[in-house]
Amino acid sequence: MHASLPEVDSLIARLADAIAPILTPATAIVGIHTGGVWVAERLHALLQCALPLGTLDISFYRDDFSRIGLHPQVKPSNLPFDLEGRAILLVDDVLHTGRTVRAAMNELFDYGRPASIRLAVLVDRGGHELPIRPDFAGITLAVPGHQNINLSRLDDGHLTLSLA
Amino acid sequence: MNPQLTQDGRLRHLLTLDGLPRATLMEILDTAESFMDVGEREVKKVPLLRGKSIFNLFFEPSTRTRTTFEIAAKRLSADVVNLNIATSSQTKGEAILDTVDNLAAMHADMFIVRHSQSGAAHFIARHVAPHISVVNAGDGRHAHPTQGLLDMFTIRRFKGAFHNLTVGIVGDVLHSRVARSQIHALTTLGVPEVRVIAPKTLLPAGVEQMGVKVFHNLDAGLAGCDVVIMLRLQNERMKGARLPSAQEYFKFFGLTSEKLALAKPDAIVMHPGPMNRGVEIDSEVADGPQSVILPQVTYGIAVRMAVMALLAGGTAA
Repeated sequence: MHASLPEVDSLIARLADAIAPILTPATAIVGIHTGGVWVAERLHALLQCALPLGTLDISFYRDDFSRIGLHPQVKPSNLPFDLEGRAILLVDDVLHTGRTVRAAMNELFDYGRPASIRLAVLVDRGGHELPIRPDFAGITLAVPGHQNINLSRLDDGHLTLSLA
Repeated sequence: MNPQLTQDGRLRHLLTLDGLPRATLMEILDTAESFMDVGEREVKKVPLLRGKSIFNLFFEPSTRTRTTFEIAAKRLSADVVNLNIATSSQTKGEAILDTVDNLAAMHADMFIVRHSQSGAAHFIARHVAPHISVVNAGDGRHAHPTQGLLDMFTIRRFKGAFHNLTVGIVGDVLHSRVARSQIHALTTLGVPEVRVIAPKTLLPAGVEQMGVKVFHNLDAGLAGCDVVIMLRLQNERMKGARLPSAQEYFKFFGLTSEKLALAKPDAIVMHPGPMNRGVEIDSEVADGPQSVILPQVTYGIAVRMAVMALLAGGTAA
């Protein structure tokens, strides 16, 4: 399995090609901390668009807060645009249970009422626990439940996937 | 062992800043920073404390502190109940615990306690069930930890760091729980010079042992200060005449523009409120460009959100 993990750059290029046709002037790209922000930044650069780019930290919206408490490093969410009527392209690195995406959608609606939200992920690894599916996925893998797939960023900015 | 911390070092109650490690103080300040933008959004709420019941238990009157605790709890989506309990000096410990037991039976998750007796919040914290947290919102002359924390947050916001500052605390240190909390926090966070500037009659005995430099002259004390914290002259806590008159006090220890000019040019002026204008601070300074007194109030909401979120999170087994 490990040997067959795809190159992140090619996945992002594939995602960008799929996303390009749906972009409109009302679109805004929003990455979910931390891996989703890296992917969103790359997509934003590849798509060469002047569209606004936002970041979301969903720590205050997690459904396991009462069990595990606050994430030790909450970053501020930064949405430098009015959400009202926007077509949001929500970007994350890995879609697993769908709970992060649910939390992200709840947070987005506390900033305003977007016209639509679409989901783009680098990897859909399966194991969904909610009726949440990606509109765009770089790749779909069937990763066993006991394994984790992680996106990391090297010092030179290079993104890689690993399985643990 | 610190009764405010769990065995694995998480915040269990917030009763005093005395003895809290630097890492815990920084965690609270960093968490508060991330709550700052919630007040600017369309929906000024996050769902962290949904379903939790927080009781504001005020045995002593307060406007600002109680209101900012209430706003903070509501921004975290908690249910808030305000109880202003008039007390006489005759109130017995049993009566307090009866009140607490009754509220616990209503499924309280957190008590925010203000009381004129030092140690009241500790007393309640020792008594409550393990799932209930207690926050001290001011007990007698002892401590006012969330005020101390919001003051540290204000200093960090305006000055960026603690390690290179000279901070002067001016006025009625003797009666001030705020000053005690500030001194503990400032020394823990590594401020190299903390000064208390007051007449001898308004300083507690042995104040030097808290790690501060003592000044009895305002001009000398203000020289070179980056931060000037004015304390309220606590008339209601004064027993017997410690001062000739308010006018006399203002003449020697009131902060005017001329006095403030002795501090660094970019010094900030803080006050925990409510202010006695013309007694400890001149209106020209209180409303002037170096005053950060109103930002302190705003930051108080984010800091109290952080404290409540850290207390409430990760408690379910």
